[in-house]
Amino acid sequence: MAEKIHSTRLQDKMERNVWALLLMLLFILSIGGIVEIVPLYYLDDTMEHNARPEIVWQAQEGQTLDDWKPGDGIRPYTALELAGRDIYLREGCYLCHSQMIRPFRDEKERYGHYSLASESIYDHPFQWGSKRTGPDLARVGGKYSDEWHIRHLIAPRSVVPESVMPNYPWLQERMLDGEGIMARMKAMRTLGVPYSDKDIDAASAKVAGKTEMDAMVAYMQVLGAMARLDSGVVYRE
Amino acid sequence: METTAAEQKYNFEVVRWFTVATVIYFVVGTFIGVYIAAELAWPFLNFDNPYITFGRLRPLHTNAVIFAFGGCVLLGTAYYSVQRTCGVRLWSDKLAWFTFWGWNLIIVLAVITLPMGFTQAKEYAELEWPIDILIAVVWLAFTFNFVMTLANRKTSHIYVSNWFYLGMMVMITYLHVVNSLAIPVELFRSYSIFSSVQDAMIQWWWGHNAVGFYLTAGFLGIMYYFVPKQADRPIFSYRLSVLHFWALMFGYVWLGSHHLQYTALPDWTGSLGAAISFAMIVPSWGGAVNGMMTLSGAWDKLRTDYVLRFLIMSLAFYAMSTFEGPVMSLKVVNALSHYTDWTIGHVHSGALGWVGLIGAGAVYHLLTRLWNAEIYSVKLVNLHFWLATIGIAIYTIAMWISGIMQGLMWRDYDEFGTLTYTFAESVAAMHPYYVLRAAGGFIYSVGGLIMLYNVVMTIRQASGEPRASVATAQA
Repeated sequence: MAEKIHSTRLQDKMERNVWALLLMLLFILSIGGIVEIVPLYYLDDTMEHNARPEIVWQAQEGQTLDDWKPGDGIRPYTALELAGRDIYLREGCYLCHSQMIRPFRDEKERYGHYSLASESIYDHPFQWGSKRTGPDLARVGGKYSDEWHIRHLIAPRSVVPESVMPNYPWLQERMLDGEGIMARMKAMRTLGVPYSDKDIDAASAKVAGKTEMDAMVAYMQVLGAMARLDSGVVYRE
Repeated sequence: METTAAEQKYNFEVVRWFTVATVIYFVVGTFIGVYIAAELAWPFLNFDNPYITFGRLRPLHTNAVIFAFGGCVLLGTAYYSVQRTCGVRLWSDKLAWFTFWGWNLIIVLAVITLPMGFTQAKEYAELEWPIDILIAVVWLAFTFNFVMTLANRKTSHIYVSNWFYLGMMVMITYLHVVNSLAIPVELFRSYSIFSSVQDAMIQWWWGHNAVGFYLTAGFLGIMYYFVPKQADRPIFSYRLSVLHFWALMFGYVWLGSHHLQYTALPDWTGSLGAAISFAMIVPSWGGAVNGMMTLSGAWDKLRTDYVLRFLIMSLAFYAMSTFEGPVMSLKVVNALSHYTDWTIGHVHSGALGWVGLIGAGAVYHLLTRLWNAEIYSVKLVNLHFWLATIGIAIYTIAMWISGIMQGLMWRDYDEFGTLTYTFAESVAAMHPYYVLRAAGGFIYSVGGLIMLYNVVMTIRQASGEPRASVATAQA
């Protein structure tokens, strides 16, 4: 009985005092987010590379992105791939293509090994997506030839008659901006992506003379191709 | 005269502008939606033009309906109902006008930048950093003006609709500020400071609560003022409103993780989100019941009052989609529904049914009060109601079928144990439903166009009569 009166009093107080109501809301509304987000930064098993460091490529002293070999592990995107990723963001590709394979039998057969959190540590922002109007792209790298990608991006229905994807002919006509890509890599480094000075200095030359199409194809071909995942290993419970 | 006194006492002019803007954006936003729906049915409609591809117009559609239509109806109704329920004028007229022009500037900037491909590439938070800063400033000005008006009130207690508006303001501030944190590289280019799992969780904490607070709590604020007003009945249960308010405020925040079931998000987070999502049926239905039962003893009004029909039908859709949502958050259902059109259907039964209909109901109510006039054509209100209802039915049924079909086709195995369908075959199978969806959306949008015509004609008719009251109010 006493408790009941008390709780009514609290409610009454908040209805009479806007500042009390505001404070209570500030408190109540912060709880859910804090409980769900903050532990993701501290719990070790959130990122698979804490238990299996080989997933992520560690550059040795003096090594650049050029020293990375396919299968060495997750690395930052090269200048050309990063430029391609920016185009992927600009064109809103993530609205129809996911990059997150779920651990189901059909998805394994259709797309490949399930996606790991560690695979998108250098993705600012993440590109997991929420809708598959088109297929998942998390492991599209190496599945098709460069020529196929170019034809598909210019006119999707010339290679996949059922497709509803827009044509992207302008990608072939537009050149990349070397200075811009250096600034973008520097921004990524500020966010913790381990680009070396050499990587950034070389960036402008790496994209010189390249088109947006070259960049998109480079990005497509590296998706899912960085780390070699072992189907016998349980990366995530 | 009572109306003249009210006109002098309150700032109705800013509400009038928000009301008209609401209707215009409603039409624009839904027609962009129809166009992109048609692009999926007939891809030639992209016309090889970078500015109108699906990928660039889809953010424009979501921003137009959520921030342009939703924002204007929320700001307008909040300014109106806070004055009426507190018995005082807005704390600051200047700040109110600042929010009107600021919000519309944001919308203009969105219309320019999104088709150009300037985007942060986070769903429903695409706008680039300078616009994000502007949103934060205008939103805080709106919140400040609202809180100060509440502080100045003549009544002893704060009415329930204002609790919901306030909850929305606080939570949207949290969400918008945290989710938009980014490092600028160029004027319209920035990178989110988050990546991977953390970014995914923060994005869907934002994504689901843009729905939960902006489109639910805020619109419940509309419901708590406009349903009792239009029905001329007190709200059904005060106790229920207290309980479901606090349950909604506490619980909704947790739901975002159910968008990431079976992804690389840790299992505990997704399961926690699903558990609380399921429990949220109770407070959500608490709100729906509280609104509908307000009509108890006055159900006959539904026969004659078309505006009330909008409000009550919106609550029916609210009840339906707040049941569907928790079901879809369950892992077993989500495994099928995630990545499919079912999600799109679910969002639209909430957006077209709940948000769109209650918004329209509030606009029609405001029309008679603000312009002190009869609605130009009650018949057209009724026509709008039926076009909207039929449009929603076609849209959601098409998306249910296509979504469930997609999910089943993707996971189907033949007798040899291999996948039965290629992905492309599932795309081809969607075509009739994409056509149907575009048709449903078109019918719904035509309803909006009729509302626009009705609003324009009502205002023209009203302004033909002398209105000394407006002149004094502006002075």
